[in-house]
Amino acid sequence: MRTTARNACLAAVLAATTSLVAQEPTTLIRNATVLTITRGTVENGSVLIRGSKIAAVGKDLAAPAGARVIDATGRYVMPGIIDSHSHTAVDGSVNEISLPNTGMVRIADAMTATDISAYRQLAGGTTMALILHGSANAIGGQSQIAKWKWGRPVSEWIVAGAPRTIKFALGENPKSANFRPPEGQPRQYPSTRMGVEEVVRKSFVDARDYLASWDEYEAKRKRGEAAIPPRRDLLMETMADILRGNIDVHAHGYRADELLMLIDLADEMGFTIRELQHVLEGYKIAPEIAKHGAGAGTFIDWWGYKAEAYDAIPYNVALMVRNGVLTSVNSDSDELARHLNHDAAKAMKYGGLTEEEALRLITINPARQLRLDARLGSLEAGKDADLAIWNGHPLSTYSRVETTFIEGEVYFDRSEDLARREQMRKEKEQLLEKEAEAQKKEKEEKKDA
Amino acid sequence: MRRAVRRSGLFALVLLGALPLVAQSTIPNGPGVKPVIAIRNATIVPVSSAPIANGTIVFANGVITAVGRDVEVPTGAKVIDGTGLSVYPGLMDAGSSVGLVEVDSVPGTVDTAELGDFNPNASAIVAVNPHSEVIPVTRVNGVTHVVTVPGGGIVSGQSAVIQLAGWTNDEMALVTPAAMNIRFPRLRSRPLVDAPDDEAEKERKKGYTRSIDGLRLLFRNAQAYAKAADAREKEKSIRRFDRDLTLEALVPVVEGRVPVVMHAELERDIRAALAFADEFKLKVILAGAQDVARVVSDLKSRSIPVILGPILSLPQREDDPYDLLFANAKVLHDNGIRFAIQTSDAHNSRNLPYHAGSCAAFGLPKEEALKSITLYPAEIFGLADRLGSLEPGKLANVIVTDGDPLEIRTNVLRVFIGGEEMPMDSRHTLLYEKFRNRPAGTLRVE
Repeated sequence: MRTTARNACLAAVLAATTSLVAQEPTTLIRNATVLTITRGTVENGSVLIRGSKIAAVGKDLAAPAGARVIDATGRYVMPGIIDSHSHTAVDGSVNEISLPNTGMVRIADAMTATDISAYRQLAGGTTMALILHGSANAIGGQSQIAKWKWGRPVSEWIVAGAPRTIKFALGENPKSANFRPPEGQPRQYPSTRMGVEEVVRKSFVDARDYLASWDEYEAKRKRGEAAIPPRRDLLMETMADILRGNIDVHAHGYRADELLMLIDLADEMGFTIRELQHVLEGYKIAPEIAKHGAGAGTFIDWWGYKAEAYDAIPYNVALMVRNGVLTSVNSDSDELARHLNHDAAKAMKYGGLTEEEALRLITINPARQLRLDARLGSLEAGKDADLAIWNGHPLSTYSRVETTFIEGEVYFDRSEDLARREQMRKEKEQLLEKEAEAQKKEKEEKKDA
Repeated sequence: MRRAVRRSGLFALVLLGALPLVAQSTIPNGPGVKPVIAIRNATIVPVSSAPIANGTIVFANGVITAVGRDVEVPTGAKVIDGTGLSVYPGLMDAGSSVGLVEVDSVPGTVDTAELGDFNPNASAIVAVNPHSEVIPVTRVNGVTHVVTVPGGGIVSGQSAVIQLAGWTNDEMALVTPAAMNIRFPRLRSRPLVDAPDDEAEKERKKGYTRSIDGLRLLFRNAQAYAKAADAREKEKSIRRFDRDLTLEALVPVVEGRVPVVMHAELERDIRAALAFADEFKLKVILAGAQDVARVVSDLKSRSIPVILGPILSLPQREDDPYDLLFANAKVLHDNGIRFAIQTSDAHNSRNLPYHAGSCAAFGLPKEEALKSITLYPAEIFGLADRLGSLEPGKLANVIVTDGDPLEIRTNVLRVFIGGEEMPMDSRHTLLYEKFRNRPAGTLRVE
């Protein structure tokens, strides 16, 4: 009896699950120019989205029953832009500046879902970013890969299963060249590139000792000897995880010498820098970067804002790409993150990358740098349905985004945005009135009291 | 003296044209020799009229002499085949700090903002470094002249229109002063956060009132100074008074001979700035102006031109439409208000055409976007008789491209300033060539 009931229950659950699967929201975008990035361009192409994934990309895809069909005639579909250097959605300061190495802190603990920049970036076709600490100290803290799921709690922005990452910083910022502590406070070590190197080196040397202490402890325990475990240290755990290959290093740096310093140090310590960030003089040492195997996330235009950026050139991207460096262009800016397509196009102008190479700089290349290219960065069946529909070629200045999807759901739609504006304006007016009344009332009550 | 002079560019150019060839350098600054040049078989986009397919443009002694389909090429002219190429007027950034800053974080190289609130006698042209690396970087992307603008304080000082070529800042100056720049005080009020009787709020309002009062006092003094100077000019028996350079700089402004660029972003600040301009009968140009769509009728009724930008920047309020800055240009165009575009930048003044292109992505007709960085800024700064379009008699600030300059992928192939062909080198191209040719053998042997 009981078994039968349970079976019936199970059957009902199964049925419900099956019908859920059958009703998985399905969207067919058709008649578009589809820029797959990895598999060429499909003219008059279609993208079929089922649930959170791309189900198919091709020329003549039929719309399944119940599918939402979007006619994208004259439009372009490309993957969501991935920004491998962002400080969006961080609540308060991005720098835990109190020590030269604060690798134990995590930016994920300070994320907010109310940063309007995320929405504005969706409107520029950007769907995902690596959120990093600032560069005030040599090792700033652990970064977070997140998607701009505007309207959802921040816990859902975090990309589950994404690699752990950490921010290093070299050069003028960690040596406090361009800012001074408040009156009365001493300057903080380090204040030279020598000191920055020492901070990083010492951190790894300490981490090796820390690992050795644990190894000794484990060995003793295995031998059945009495052993006292070493004291757990969250910073040393972090540094050890870099050496174990469990945390990817994203290192901010500008000058060729400091970048080479870190490459040498990483070689010596036995890890590979996942991505050199900014890397404005990367073009001077592109063969060395390629040899080490680091990626490079850089800018096109940012030069001359500090001494270490005076040799930055827009040709940096092309020279690194031609030397076999896995290169992306990223923003480090809430503003630039809204039009990274412009900077991809500039890599064609400055140094002659092809259209496909240019598009890769903001899609599959950053996905590879974040080690998420199996799931993201191109339009292929089985990948996350993170994509944007553009009203023209995304490398044109004259183009804009019409609709942006993350995991099959619409997070930005220009026509909806336009339609909502009047309602938002009224709502704001009402809120201001309400607040004014409340303040008036409070004042009167105070007077009465 | 030169500051007060609207330079007769043509006169200077003719003189220079007669000089022998100057010393060669990797990056000559021009203006040097101005041969007769004819670009043939190109698509000529005069901006002031319809594009001409298979057209010819001729310039001599730094001035355009002919533009059209059936133009005779003078004998002895250097002929450039423009097949498949386009010719446009050089682009003009209506607000930048080109020449005033080399490296932002190195104070010794930055001359953008003087100390204090009131610096009407600070003049940008004085501090322009003709040998700044920023100049060739900007020039090779087709920007041939810019307004360079002092910042900081409330009355920041006098801007200048400079061409991006010249061995001295005097040679670069096209118009100086171009305008007096006022960064109108901002009323910072946070009605939802603080109770109205909040002390900080009171302090903010007090500070604001102090700034406005100070500005008003300065302009009243300038009016009085102008009156006194005028009276003494006419009647020498009036007692001599000591000169005051601060007030002297404002005389042409209160007399309406030099325009004021009012930098203001939000509606209430724009309205306050316009009211101030009315009070002192100033010739006003509005700049920045994120909220420009909210004051359209005021601008229209008073024919006030606007310098929009930087377009590629963020709206100030979090509930502003995401495309506020992209869409403003279309609103102005639809309402018949004249406007130009600025980058407010030095190092990336070169991106001017993409600021304009972004307006076109949000409804501004493409031809208008082009005008907003060529003809319109020239008109706003009183230069349209010399620059802004390809017409006979105008200075030959001319660019040759392989397509629409507002498209990023387009390459600027040749740049002429005052009729002289500029080298296409810059700090960036030189570093590119140097490291592109780094021998493979220098890779360290492990």
